[in-house]
Amino acid sequence: MSIEVRQINKRFGDFVALDDINLDIQTGELLALLGPSGCGKTTLLRIIAGLETPDRGSILFHGEDATDTHVRERQVGFVFQHYALFRHMTVFENVAFGLRVRPKHTRPTDAAIKQKVHTLLELVQLDWLADRYPAQLSGGQRQRIALARALAVEPRVLLLDEPFGALDTKVRKELRRWLRRLHDEMHITSVFVTHDQEEALEVADRVVVMNKGRIEQTGTPEQVYDQPATPFVYQFLGDVNLFHSRVHEGWAEVGGTRFAAPEAGDKAVIYVRPHEIDIQRIATDKALAGVITHVRLLGATVRLEVNVAAGDPVEVELTRERYTEGRWSVGEAVWLSPREARVYAG
Amino acid sequence: MAIKQHSVLPGFGLSLGYTLLYLSLIVLLPLSALVIKVTHMEWAAFWHAVTEPRVLASYRVTFGASLIAATLNLVFGLLLAWVLVRYPFPGKRLVDALVDLPFALPTAVAGIALATLYAPNGSIGRWLDPLGIKVAFTPLGIVFALTFITLPFVVRTVQPVLQDLETELEEAAASLGATRWQVFQRVILPTLLPALLTGFALAFARAIGEYGSVIFIAGNMPFVSEITPLMIISKLEQYDYLGATAIALVMLAVSFVMLLVINGLQWWSAKRLGRRK
Repeated sequence: MSIEVRQINKRFGDFVALDDINLDIQTGELLALLGPSGCGKTTLLRIIAGLETPDRGSILFHGEDATDTHVRERQVGFVFQHYALFRHMTVFENVAFGLRVRPKHTRPTDAAIKQKVHTLLELVQLDWLADRYPAQLSGGQRQRIALARALAVEPRVLLLDEPFGALDTKVRKELRRWLRRLHDEMHITSVFVTHDQEEALEVADRVVVMNKGRIEQTGTPEQVYDQPATPFVYQFLGDVNLFHSRVHEGWAEVGGTRFAAPEAGDKAVIYVRPHEIDIQRIATDKALAGVITHVRLLGATVRLEVNVAAGDPVEVELTRERYTEGRWSVGEAVWLSPREARVYAG
Repeated sequence: MAIKQHSVLPGFGLSLGYTLLYLSLIVLLPLSALVIKVTHMEWAAFWHAVTEPRVLASYRVTFGASLIAATLNLVFGLLLAWVLVRYPFPGKRLVDALVDLPFALPTAVAGIALATLYAPNGSIGRWLDPLGIKVAFTPLGIVFALTFITLPFVVRTVQPVLQDLETELEEAAASLGATRWQVFQRVILPTLLPALLTGFALAFARAIGEYGSVIFIAGNMPFVSEITPLMIISKLEQYDYLGATAIALVMLAVSFVMLLVINGLQWWSAKRLGRRK
């Protein structure tokens, strides 16, 4: 089912949480709302769910206005960051909850409920925990139960609010891959909120990058990473080095490399990712001269911090092999030149 | 119970010893004196003292009125706690403080105040009298006094639990299709139940032992509005120390059972909600 978000505005007192948001969510896609905390992504998700009412604007489900539909009738599955499982109920009863509260004439029989719950528990691979209480489960297990509970009511849309935010890194990675596989099997329209760019890029079909109550860019993970629409998106999706440059006849220059700067005015800010910088021991014409001050080994990659004459220290990322070949060490004089960059008006 | 040999907290032996001595002097000594005193009685005499018709009637009044008062406060205490936790309103702090007043007020003051209000010529009693409702000097008056005295218990046990109840639980239930009533009945009430029962048991235990506030409003008519603590006093006044002690032992036994029930409830709720203490 498709969701359309039309000119949604929301304020909390003086704070503008959402400023004129428009968004189309396609049937069956897995969409990530990505942004720093306070950017309005959770508020948007809660408005889509009906847990919060917008000041202005409307939400359309499959072309029908759902803005005034109560959360109870909206048929959305909502998964909370802190699971929100019912502590006094067993895992089985938690998952069965949505079926048991149905009005009598639509409520399934006990046998049907039992079968449905066990099917769902098998889907989340936790059938063996049916008789436990939530307090007896690990965080990852709790979140999978919360997901099974949300799926039990056969929602038209699945909404997840920082679903992996309270889990440790390893469980998080496992669970997001698992969520992706689950989505590929079920094809239910899903929206999840995250502040972790790696998570959004890995899991989602499309990513919506938000900042200060506005949408900065919407696109596939490749699009937002490779063609960031704004400096904010560029910075938010990875580490970055900033260089300032004057523009001569539509070209900006850093370390001997020229970049087209058609839209920039007089001055330009050049954004370069740490892995897009070449490092050499031989002085070339216009390369940036510097001295290595730190070497950090980060598993498969190595990060060098280089002090240059003007501006902030530059971070250079090398693969492990290139680092071993070059045998770079602290204190060495080096010359830097960027291979690729994005240029914005400064 | 294993005693830790190397604890980071010093003074375990000293503080435990002091605690035990203190408890023995303050609690166990008087209570065992009570039990020892009763052992001087013949079984038949003891049985006679605690099953006299007038004493039996006083049990009915005490336990009946206490049960009604505790039940009333179960309902309205929950309501009060709910309002205090959920809604912001002007004067909320004042209302919150008022809840503790029955704790702080000398019980005799409460008794006199209630008796003055509800006497047939009192400011409220005068309006109730023509309607045929007599509050003062009847068992109804006892219920009023006990309800007043035990008001804080349910409120103060439920309040913190209600405060900790995440609104996310209610949102989750609503998103799964539950109506307001279903959310209350299936999610909120079961979570509050242990606290409610504890508050109820505490209120009930307190009401059984209440003396000061009741005697002024009860009228103390034999077989009608005499409470058990009053029976003990009247026995003492007649120098029937053994008789008084026998009834006191019955009260002690009831209180002890109540305590067991309270502890059982707390254990049960801790286990059910998975909190480790």
